[in-house]
Amino acid sequence: MDQKTLDTKEIKTAPTPEPPSQAATKLVVSSSPHFLNNESVPKIMHNVVTALLPATAASVYFFGWRALLLIIVCVASCLLTEYAFQKKRNKPIKIYDGSAIITGMLLAMTLPAGFPIFGAVLGSVFAIGVGKQLFGGLGFNIFNPALLGRAFLMATYPVLTTTWVWPRTMEKAVDAVTAATPLAMAKFEGKLDVPLMDMILGNTAGSLGETSAIAIILGGLYLRYKGYINWKLPLGYLGTIAAFSAIFWLSDPTKYPSPLFHLFAGGAMLGAWFMVTDMVTSPVTSLGQWIFVIVAGILAVVIRLFGGLPEGVMYSILFMNAFVPLLNKHTRPKVFGEARAQKV
Amino acid sequence: MGHKTFSRGVHPSYYKELTSGKRVEAATLPKTVTIPLQQHAGAPCEPLVKKGDIVQEGQKIGDVKAFVSAPVHASISGKVKDIELAQHPGGFRSLSVIIEGDGTEKHWGPTGAPVDLSVLSGEAIRESVRDAGIVGMGGAAFPTSVKLAPPKGKAIEAVVLNGCECEPYLTADHRIMLEEPEKVVWGLRALMKATGASKGFIGIEENKPDAIEALRKAIGSSSDIQIIVLEAKYPQGAEKMLIVAALGRKVPVGKLPLDVGVVVNNVGTAAAIYEALNWGKPLIERIVTISGNGVKEPRNLKVRVGTSFEEVLSQCGGLVEGGEVEVLNGGPMMGIAQPTLAVPVIKGTSGITVIAASVIKSSVYDACIRCASCVSACPMGLMPYKLGDFGKNFRTADFKDWDGVSCIECGCCSYVCPAKRPLLQWIRLGKLKVRLEAQKAAAAK
Repeated sequence: MDQKTLDTKEIKTAPTPEPPSQAATKLVVSSSPHFLNNESVPKIMHNVVTALLPATAASVYFFGWRALLLIIVCVASCLLTEYAFQKKRNKPIKIYDGSAIITGMLLAMTLPAGFPIFGAVLGSVFAIGVGKQLFGGLGFNIFNPALLGRAFLMATYPVLTTTWVWPRTMEKAVDAVTAATPLAMAKFEGKLDVPLMDMILGNTAGSLGETSAIAIILGGLYLRYKGYINWKLPLGYLGTIAAFSAIFWLSDPTKYPSPLFHLFAGGAMLGAWFMVTDMVTSPVTSLGQWIFVIVAGILAVVIRLFGGLPEGVMYSILFMNAFVPLLNKHTRPKVFGEARAQKV
Repeated sequence: MGHKTFSRGVHPSYYKELTSGKRVEAATLPKTVTIPLQQHAGAPCEPLVKKGDIVQEGQKIGDVKAFVSAPVHASISGKVKDIELAQHPGGFRSLSVIIEGDGTEKHWGPTGAPVDLSVLSGEAIRESVRDAGIVGMGGAAFPTSVKLAPPKGKAIEAVVLNGCECEPYLTADHRIMLEEPEKVVWGLRALMKATGASKGFIGIEENKPDAIEALRKAIGSSSDIQIIVLEAKYPQGAEKMLIVAALGRKVPVGKLPLDVGVVVNNVGTAAAIYEALNWGKPLIERIVTISGNGVKEPRNLKVRVGTSFEEVLSQCGGLVEGGEVEVLNGGPMMGIAQPTLAVPVIKGTSGITVIAASVIKSSVYDACIRCASCVSACPMGLMPYKLGDFGKNFRTADFKDWDGVSCIECGCCSYVCPAKRPLLQWIRLGKLKVRLEAQKAAAAK
């Protein structure tokens, strides 16, 4: 049989002769299964958007309307960029699938509240344009687009991306112009005494979405409840961060921050629940997922404690994103009834 | 939960309540039947009758010498109108015997107490089973007599009856277990006798408590047969999944259940064996579930082999008017869509599922977002999203390397895919390519 007779379209739409007695009803023919569940890509993406709402609300609560403006700008620029690329490439316009909204929201979440609007637009264009559309659009990107956008801004505006402001709920907000995040304080000033409760609620300096751990966990649990994320990913990542940082903390609690500090400071929560769990850029196999989160968790702690930057979540995830295709290939599950060991 | 099962799989909506409470009723005697000479896996039969012959209900009308085969019988009395190529519910055309009925019906039924199994030899049971044209009635239609004759050196320790019925909508097996448990149990004992197996198991999903109860009663206090209650999960009724769930044995890649000392048969097959050995009745009719949201009155009917889908459906109120429907031979997960209603019910037709508008899938699909749903659903431990791409793009070497040939075509991957990618369809293409290449290689030698 040659290639032509094997064409998918031909097999799919076999001729459907209409029986005379059933003139009004048309018989259709397709390949089994004939019955699919009611999930869809837009449904998943819209649920992720919903799950991000508590964190969004928290950021507006802590940082005021400027935070909301930043989020709106990022989302709008992401959607526009996506539209422009799809239009130019003559692809179906799928900006309503929600994936660009997520990228915009997540990118905004990684920025300080005082970040310039122009920079936010630039970061969004890079995130969607280079991070996603140049790879071929949704499903083909290797790196998490939002994190890539953030990394781009880190390289372009190193000062602005780390110029934090105090949340308006803190009294220091009155006179302080710039603030330090708990991680930066721990790293550069050796201060380990930020109240844990403030970090859990979000009453600390930091980017929009990295302050309120509780709002993020709420969204994460919603996604878990909906079945869109696998326990392994967020808990494996956070667990590794906690376990690995505990080694240092136990060796010298005065020098190294506690595991709880690591969990609730910086972007660990946001990264664990919304970036590690990004379907497109995380492994599909069970073993691959374990390797992904454990190595990323260790990397995050290593960067935080020994790297030049106070925060390591972003690079730990981006770094591991690059290994996903390799992990998928070499951690295939064992075929049912297969005697030999896993193929490497 | 807490019941035995296999790894992975999916939980589709079952919609069994449409027919699970409905008694099996006899369909009206068809005026004409079209009996394909190929109703089983293996070699097609050759006709034993010719145009114009008068045949009796139950008379053998087709047979072949091949080992993997089963004869076919006339399902009504009458005159052979023609022997011609006709559309087969398997999606191809098969040589078929068309019989015009004379309107008479033969009575099949008990002639006394059930035959004492201890006086029958295994060989005699095998012969009667083959003679009655009995094939696996779960859908695959593998000749049962072949399963009962394992190659030398392979001992059968256990016979497992498959009463899972994990396909949505179908309730034919459920009704058999509920209404005729004695036949099922007797048939299982006959299978055990024929294979020399000492143990018998009946695997049933926990969503059929009334059938479990009925079978428990029929088994009574005997200890040779054990009922295994399984989790309601698709594809629990797949042979390999059933064996691992019930007995904890994994059938190795490329091997058969008998390599782990097991033979699996459908509960309907067991009941057919009872009728064949006790009543002398060949496999000429079967229980068919007619269900789905595209048929007006879903029912369980006892239908003669060869009755057209159209005739069966008309006894169920017909199809819903207007719009598009998909008429399937089997259930929605593995059934085959029919391009015409002029196809006959065959020995392997466990159900006719008609799905309409809201359920029919669209042919539009999105890019894969690597959500891993298919990987976590595949009961065989494959990576369907990759295999789909390999199949679609004719990357046959990669397809083989990623174990595409181990696919059992259960359809879990396509079912769960949020991007609605027709993964199984592409995997079938891949498998077809592998087969064609093997044929080519064999021809070149």
